[in-house]
Amino acid sequence: MLNYTIRRLFFTIPTLLFISFVIFLILDMAPNDPTGNLPMTIPPEVRENIRKSLGLDAPMYVRYLLWCNQFFINEPLNLLYEWFDWCIGDCENRTRVRSWSTRSPVVDLIVERMPQTLWVVGMSYVVGILIALPIGVISAYKQYSWFDQIGTFISMIGFSVPTFFTGVLLIVIFSVWIDQDSWFWLPSIYDTTLVVDSWGNFWLQVRQMIMPVMVLALYNAAQLSRFMRASMLDNLSQDYVRTARAKGLKEKTVLLVHVLRNSMIPVVTVIALSVPQVFGGAIITEQIFRVNGLGQLLIIGIQGADIPLVQTLTFIFAVLIVLFNLVADILYGLLDPRIRYD
Amino acid sequence: MNMKHILAGALGATLVAGSAVYAGSHEAQQGRDGNVNIIYWQAVSILNPFLSGGTKDIDASNLIIEPLARYDEEGNMIAWLATEIPTVANGGVAEDLTSITWNITPGIKWSDGTDFTSADVVFTAEYCMNPDGGCQQLTSFSDVESVVAVDDLTVTVTFTKPKPFPYGPFVGGTSPIIQKAQFENCVGAEAPNCTEQNFNPIGTGPFMVDEFRANDVVTMVANPNYRDPSKPAFASLTFKGGGDAASAGRAVLETGEFDYAWNLQIDPGVLADMAAAGNGTVISSYGTAVERMMVNMTNPSADLGDLRSTLEGGPHPFLQFAEVRRALSVAIDRNLLAEVGYGKAGTATCNVVPAPAIYASTANDECLVQNIDLANQILDDAGWEMGSDGVRVKDGVRLSILYQTSTNAVRQDTQALVKQWWSEIGVETELKNIDAAVFFGGDQSSPDTFQKFFADIEMYTNLFDGTDPEAYMNSWTCAEIPNPANNWLGSNMPRYCNPAYDALATELSTTAAIEDRARIVREMNDMLMSEGAMIPLVHRGRVSAHANSLQGVILNTWDSEMWNAADWTRSE
Repeated sequence: MLNYTIRRLFFTIPTLLFISFVIFLILDMAPNDPTGNLPMTIPPEVRENIRKSLGLDAPMYVRYLLWCNQFFINEPLNLLYEWFDWCIGDCENRTRVRSWSTRSPVVDLIVERMPQTLWVVGMSYVVGILIALPIGVISAYKQYSWFDQIGTFISMIGFSVPTFFTGVLLIVIFSVWIDQDSWFWLPSIYDTTLVVDSWGNFWLQVRQMIMPVMVLALYNAAQLSRFMRASMLDNLSQDYVRTARAKGLKEKTVLLVHVLRNSMIPVVTVIALSVPQVFGGAIITEQIFRVNGLGQLLIIGIQGADIPLVQTLTFIFAVLIVLFNLVADILYGLLDPRIRYD
Repeated sequence: MNMKHILAGALGATLVAGSAVYAGSHEAQQGRDGNVNIIYWQAVSILNPFLSGGTKDIDASNLIIEPLARYDEEGNMIAWLATEIPTVANGGVAEDLTSITWNITPGIKWSDGTDFTSADVVFTAEYCMNPDGGCQQLTSFSDVESVVAVDDLTVTVTFTKPKPFPYGPFVGGTSPIIQKAQFENCVGAEAPNCTEQNFNPIGTGPFMVDEFRANDVVTMVANPNYRDPSKPAFASLTFKGGGDAASAGRAVLETGEFDYAWNLQIDPGVLADMAAAGNGTVISSYGTAVERMMVNMTNPSADLGDLRSTLEGGPHPFLQFAEVRRALSVAIDRNLLAEVGYGKAGTATCNVVPAPAIYASTANDECLVQNIDLANQILDDAGWEMGSDGVRVKDGVRLSILYQTSTNAVRQDTQALVKQWWSEIGVETELKNIDAAVFFGGDQSSPDTFQKFFADIEMYTNLFDGTDPEAYMNSWTCAEIPNPANNWLGSNMPRYCNPAYDALATELSTTAAIEDRARIVREMNDMLMSEGAMIPLVHRGRVSAHANSLQGVILNTWDSEMWNAADWTRSE
């Protein structure tokens, strides 16, 4: 297993370098321009000057190598300097990957946005899993019962109704229709500056998280509960279940120990593979509730043709996806004794 | 209220005439009204307007840093950090129009307590005019030869040529003053690396930065060194960004979570429904923005290769004829376009310069009323015969138009309506829309930019900053035509080239008297309109909204929308 892991890790290096190049190439070919969203009152000569000051007049491969140098060498060295005070080279004047719209280091922007994305999107996954697993188990055990029918119906709705609809619907109900003094009123705009340092603020934090978390959780739970149900159904008809029952085991033990454990194998993989999406944020939901996390950062970067920002963010997502694919494969091996890699 | 308070109130009221009405009801002290929440659906990226031309960045930074003079809501110039507006009459502007001298109001302090001096003003000019800095507000400093501090409170700007309108540098929200001590090491190529300075500029304005989260939110607190100790009324300010215009409007008008929402470009009916909730007020104001069609006078045919849409490629097969351009214009119902797309934020117009009032012409008002019959008549008279497929033809040339614009719901509605009207006069229209970042971006490799104009008609909004249209009118001189030789940099999209127009532009650049300037601008406007180089559609206003409890908001389209935030107060 260790050999396998090391071999896989080794292979990720060329894969990731290739991915970074492809992303850069695509971004470079996109007919987008960082001065495109500026007001019309800025004349073309000034726009040309701005492009030059951003380094856009250099050839494509120079810009790519510069980015590689900044991202693979300067940024890690800077992390070492900031976290451990280890100084290698010129620590104060290191050129870092800078966003074109904010002129600040991209990595700092990402670090600033990580908390709200992890809280909201991460929490929505946790809630989604907590809802989906019991629904999946019961739906499969009582297949075609009224519970199963309602569960199927709700998950179809969750799956097919887009978050920009459910999000706005919840805002209209809980922020507009319900009176602001009421206990049930929820804020439609997420306050990213809120510091949780008291019970009062914790309550505010919970309240502002409820709507975005529920919107995303409904969507995630819908997907996951279908997986869980299908996986349970596969296992329930297996011979070992009949054996377990024949041995006289209690139905609860059969279901929750034997069947559930085996059914969890594919579901755990699905969960592991979707962890990178947590970091990727939820672009639409973050926009609706103005959570302003990583998803919103990405979409603003794309709209403003902020190439260093988009390049860095997409590349970090790529790293996460590659890594969690590996994690999922390893988990699979650990959970399922029938699968061995060596 | 005892006698002392009454006296203090009266004194305050005379000092701050603008907000006298509100000052009376409050104790006149800074920070008495708590927090004010502002929402912009575009998030602030940076608080240094010299490194970002975005309106949201300029507006947010204008709460912190200020220019020497501003425009008020009627477009009049008012002294801000200066004692008065320099003119030839008061000796501030040289007789030969080559220099202007500003006198700074004594006693103004930066928010860190140091004195605001002429050195800061001189430094600001050097900062922006540095060729390696990529300054986005360079237009304000065009034709500036030097900026010199005469003494601590006097600055003289010298121009390379006579400037009849010398109010470019340090006037209006796009040209504020930054502190020399703070930005001294951030000049030229170093400018973008000064994140700390760019995110936390020290200013003279009513607020200063408390926390800045790029592309998300800015929190500000009142500046304790502000020149008027009774302002601002708010102790803190939250400037939230992101999302879309509709939900920003909802946050002010329906849920009441925010006090001010900027630029609510949404369906007029939806906005009216939101306003009906009664929490807030929708305000609108008109500047110089006009949604217009640019008519391509050159041939955009792909067969021409590198000569597409250039003068060398020859005139347009049918748009070269004035009667076709006129017919296209009179076939449009501008009032309907304004009503459907813009509501309170638009009125029909037949001019490319609709404001300020003295520049606005009335000679072209024929187009205000749609007249399909007249359009058909014009084309019939000119010999364009209706073909069997409903498209007019003359000498083998079909009236078939490719009509492009940026992707935007209102623009696509407009396109659809226009296509319908043009089909009624025998003109076939193909519609195309392009993502704004591509259309308005200057990517040399993209064929879809508005400068390349590989289409017959294109539509967008243009405007000019401040109140002087000289630079704007220069857009349509022959020298401004985009072509491959100048990398398509130029603003004369119609490729309109008329020596008589160029002569008027030269005359304008040497004329100082405002009445004469107005006459020349009207003449230039009329020349463009009568020749149909552009088809103006809608004079667009700005629509914002504020909570009913927020008092003192005056929407200003000539300057930053935040220009008078120091005077905002909260009513009970």
